[in-house]
Amino acid sequence: MAQRTIVPFGPQHPVLPEPIHLDLVLEDELVVQAIPSIGYVHRGLEGLAQKKDFHEMVYVAERICGICSFIHGMGYCTGIEALLQLDIPKRANRLRVILGELSRIHSHILWAGLLADAFGFESLFMHSWRVRELILDLLEEATGGRVIFGICKVGGMRRDIDDDQLKRMLDKLDGIERECCVITEPLLNDSTVRKRTVGVGMLPQETAHLLGAVGPTARASGIAMDARRLGYAGYNKLNFEPIVETGCDSHARSAVRVREIYQSFDLIRQAIADTPGGDVDLKLKPGVNPKGHYAARLEQPRGEVVYYFEGNGTPNLHRFRVRTPTFANVAPLVKMLEGCQLADVPVIVLTIDPCISCTER
Amino acid sequence: MAQFIEEQEIIAIAREELPARAAQLAKEGWRIVHVACIVQGDQLELLYAFDRAYKLVNYRVLVPKSDPVVPSISGVYLAAFAYENELQDLFGMRVDGLVLDFKGQFYRKRHQAPFNPPTCAPAEPAAPAPAAGN
Repeated sequence: MAQRTIVPFGPQHPVLPEPIHLDLVLEDELVVQAIPSIGYVHRGLEGLAQKKDFHEMVYVAERICGICSFIHGMGYCTGIEALLQLDIPKRANRLRVILGELSRIHSHILWAGLLADAFGFESLFMHSWRVRELILDLLEEATGGRVIFGICKVGGMRRDIDDDQLKRMLDKLDGIERECCVITEPLLNDSTVRKRTVGVGMLPQETAHLLGAVGPTARASGIAMDARRLGYAGYNKLNFEPIVETGCDSHARSAVRVREIYQSFDLIRQAIADTPGGDVDLKLKPGVNPKGHYAARLEQPRGEVVYYFEGNGTPNLHRFRVRTPTFANVAPLVKMLEGCQLADVPVIVLTIDPCISCTER
Repeated sequence: MAQFIEEQEIIAIAREELPARAAQLAKEGWRIVHVACIVQGDQLELLYAFDRAYKLVNYRVLVPKSDPVVPSISGVYLAAFAYENELQDLFGMRVDGLVLDFKGQFYRKRHQAPFNPPTCAPAEPAAPAPAAGN
């Protein structure tokens, strides 16, 4: 029997942009167990919600993560709007969809670069991040921000994106989509990439379901689950189906994200075509505070995110709880790592697209 | 556009029922979504959320702060280990039967149970100082 050794992986590691720690129990080069631990960047944002006015908390919610910041702000607003029974203007919902899908594209392209970096494909890494800049330019033109946008508010949007801007965005999308093909083709079909991803980090469908996997991690194991199908922000009026792969391995998880990039381009075009005129902001009555409880569920680039709200009729929430997709994907990750080679650990970790800032909140 | 509000059911159960209920839900194909803890006065309210076909059901368990113990469901849903360690780390609960128990060290933190700090007893008034010169 091979001797067992424990190799610490992280919190500082070349493939980890954020700190997470795994104790890898090895028999020779084979991982027999992975024990995770977190808490290096825990910020207690849930506790902060009990001290901030619920309007101000939008900006804190947006800062849960620097990559999916817009959808965090949107999710917070969606939950508060449900508690306050607000019916926000359709134009605001459409703009939220457009910005949310742009965020998804830039997140997936960022992930593609990080994965390429993990297996040493430096040119693909740099090319991915160059294309991501084009999406960030669109976001900057639309919102004024590249990382934190501050455009979502309870009741709608803080600023409108006028029709000329939307048309310019539409014109640029075709070119950016063509650029994306240059990245996604080698990511899925290059023989050296496939050797690192096909059959690596298996997560069978039943296991994924039992372990509560979400997002592309679940969909790559054949689970057709996408929180956008719930219908928030008018997604139920758009034509799309969850992207599903059945390979259950790292390649399938890559394929789901790649296909979702193109799906997001399509959703943006649908949303722009269906954006009506009118206001983007609902004026709130002063002194109206959230009361009751509600769990808002949205689809982040990494999967389903849950925001639980409990209001007691004061400007401060009694409880604000966020369950982020990476938190849900920690248990599936532990399972994927069992039985893999040590050299495959970085690639497998990246195929869940870990976002530790989200996880730590 | 009609306002979007997802229907969400809340069912109150006793803490002793948790493992059996979890086993039943797993058998019926429900996925664990999250476990939330809310401090309600002298009680801790736990919400165990499960999803099946986009339907969300919450099981509410009330636990007195004086006896903050719940049985683990991680034997049925391994994914629950992360949520249950969070309950131990941030709320000072004890989860019996955890499959992967970090014993309060899942999160690296300075304070014990930062989201549920122990209530401080009011300080007793200081005894008057004896008068000088007597």
